[in-house]
Amino acid sequence: MIKKRLGLLAYILFVLLPIYWLIIMSFKTNEEILGSLTLWPANFTFDNYITIFTDPSWYMGYVNSITYVALNMVITLLVALPAAYAFSRYKFIGDKHLFFWLLSNRMAPPAVFLLPFFQLYSSVGLFDTHLAVALAHCLFSIPLAVWILEGFMSGVPKEIDETAYIDGYSFGHFFIKIFIPMIRSGIGVTAFFSFMFSWVELLLARTLTSVDAKPISAIMTRTVSASGIDWGLLAAAGVLTIIPGVLVIWFVRNHVAKGFALGRV
Amino acid sequence: MSLVLENIGHTVEGESHLTDINLNFESGSFNVLLGRTLAGKTTLMRVIAGLERPSEGKVVLNGKDITDVAVQKRNVSMVYQQFINYPHLTVWENIASPLKLAKLAPSEIKKRVAQTAEMLLITDYLQRKPLELSGGQQQRCAMARALVKDAQIILFDEPLVNLDYKLRESLRHELKSLFKSRESIAIYATTESAEALALGGTTCLLHQGKVLQTGPALEQFYHPKNLQAADLCNEPPLNRFQASIHKQQLSFIQDISLANTLHLKELVDANYHFAIRPDHLTLQSSNQPELVLQTVVDLAEISASETYLHVTINNGVETLSWVAHLNGIYQFHTGVTLTLFAPLALLYVFDQNDNAHTWPNLLEAKH
Repeated sequence: MIKKRLGLLAYILFVLLPIYWLIIMSFKTNEEILGSLTLWPANFTFDNYITIFTDPSWYMGYVNSITYVALNMVITLLVALPAAYAFSRYKFIGDKHLFFWLLSNRMAPPAVFLLPFFQLYSSVGLFDTHLAVALAHCLFSIPLAVWILEGFMSGVPKEIDETAYIDGYSFGHFFIKIFIPMIRSGIGVTAFFSFMFSWVELLLARTLTSVDAKPISAIMTRTVSASGIDWGLLAAAGVLTIIPGVLVIWFVRNHVAKGFALGRV
Repeated sequence: MSLVLENIGHTVEGESHLTDINLNFESGSFNVLLGRTLAGKTTLMRVIAGLERPSEGKVVLNGKDITDVAVQKRNVSMVYQQFINYPHLTVWENIASPLKLAKLAPSEIKKRVAQTAEMLLITDYLQRKPLELSGGQQQRCAMARALVKDAQIILFDEPLVNLDYKLRESLRHELKSLFKSRESIAIYATTESAEALALGGTTCLLHQGKVLQTGPALEQFYHPKNLQAADLCNEPPLNRFQASIHKQQLSFIQDISLANTLHLKELVDANYHFAIRPDHLTLQSSNQPELVLQTVVDLAEISASETYLHVTINNGVETLSWVAHLNGIYQFHTGVTLTLFAPLALLYVFDQNDNAHTWPNLLEAKH
């Protein structure tokens, strides 16, 4: 019993230590961070957070990130839902091959697509917009979303669709009123995965933006300046970056658990 | 009101599922489609419902061609073998959904749902979700949703298969009485001849996408048009043998005169397929003209108060496997020789093309 608890304690310690360190760093001053090893801030300060929330060049980073992440999630679901439905319900020539090769984009590292995206977006005037980053991320999140959703949709018997038509539902009405509620766990899981991909992705987001749509992850590198690194500010930004992810996981945790058990994740 | 299927044919990827189906369903009638799995029962129902467009032929309802009318506009309902309900809606919402879509007044919806739920004995479960109910109740919910909207055509695709024996009997009984007072056309698909008989009504035998025979259930049971139809209607199947008739003499192991058997004595000299029902074989002689058969017991299956005796008969040319359905419990050891009697008056006669030639006179006796 005690051994088990010790094991658990050690586990929590190792998992949470970096996060703990990040959090206390964000409440320290730069002098303290660089000066000595302290387990608790000697001069507890909110200055780092105040800087982030008052300086537009900082907080706009969060706004930009959240904007393109939300945009990515919406586009992904809007495109992947009908696509997955088609794959799960209809037979057409090459459907199985197409379904498999959908994932081919995910077989290459995102960096491969940097140059084509940069060139393409510059020439059509999409460069440095939220839509640019969202669309670039869709290249990776949509195939995975189709793959996951198809698993959930195939779990719904086709007879449900037919019964609905017999009852008098039109296709659209059926899809929204009957079908989507039946696969809501799958939608939760899909949204979670596309959020996670888009929120942590740095390379595409940084390359495809310059000023107006600059994501928080790119702004964080700005703290490397002539006067050295602003450790405290950087830590505070890091803490604020974790929060949205934690919130999203909190809200979809039941769906994700069900999704792992039922569908294709 | 009537539903007419004209020359319906359906081919999927070069494979023929239905061929040349011509059927007529009257309003207020209860019709049974009897056929094995893959006989085309489900396909035919899907064509009637409008879920599938037949590759040939027309579906005509009340004189109007509805072949191209969308399923939503057909006013049909359907109950599947699986328990199909909307799992995220309560039983009440499930039953009410077709009425809501038909834009009925809320008070009318309430009344109709309550009535139908009461009819199907699920009033106590209206606020639950379908998956919280037992299988029988789930199917009752699906049936309620099919019955509530007063559809012109109600299709049942083996609705009782997934239920246990007791529930199946009671639901079948209720279903039959429900349809007594209805104006709609009910079509019920099943693989079991016993179920078709229990439901009564008009029975249509389907075999490999073709209609073998249509008519009252009892008539099909006793007067099958050909051997396939006879096999579909009888479980276990009829016991068959081939024999020739020469000058009113039947030669099968022994020679026997047909002169005193009413339905056989007119037979022209030729080869015939003969058949006898398993329940017409006896262990005792009936003191009427009969075949006396030496058999070897393979297996005696005892079910409640009946015995199914599987035997083999060697006629010198081939070994025939027969089943005798005996009332009462008999225990025989495998390999025992046994004499069975087959009264000539109960023989079915089919010609060389498997078409029925004469039937034993059974139906009149039953009336």
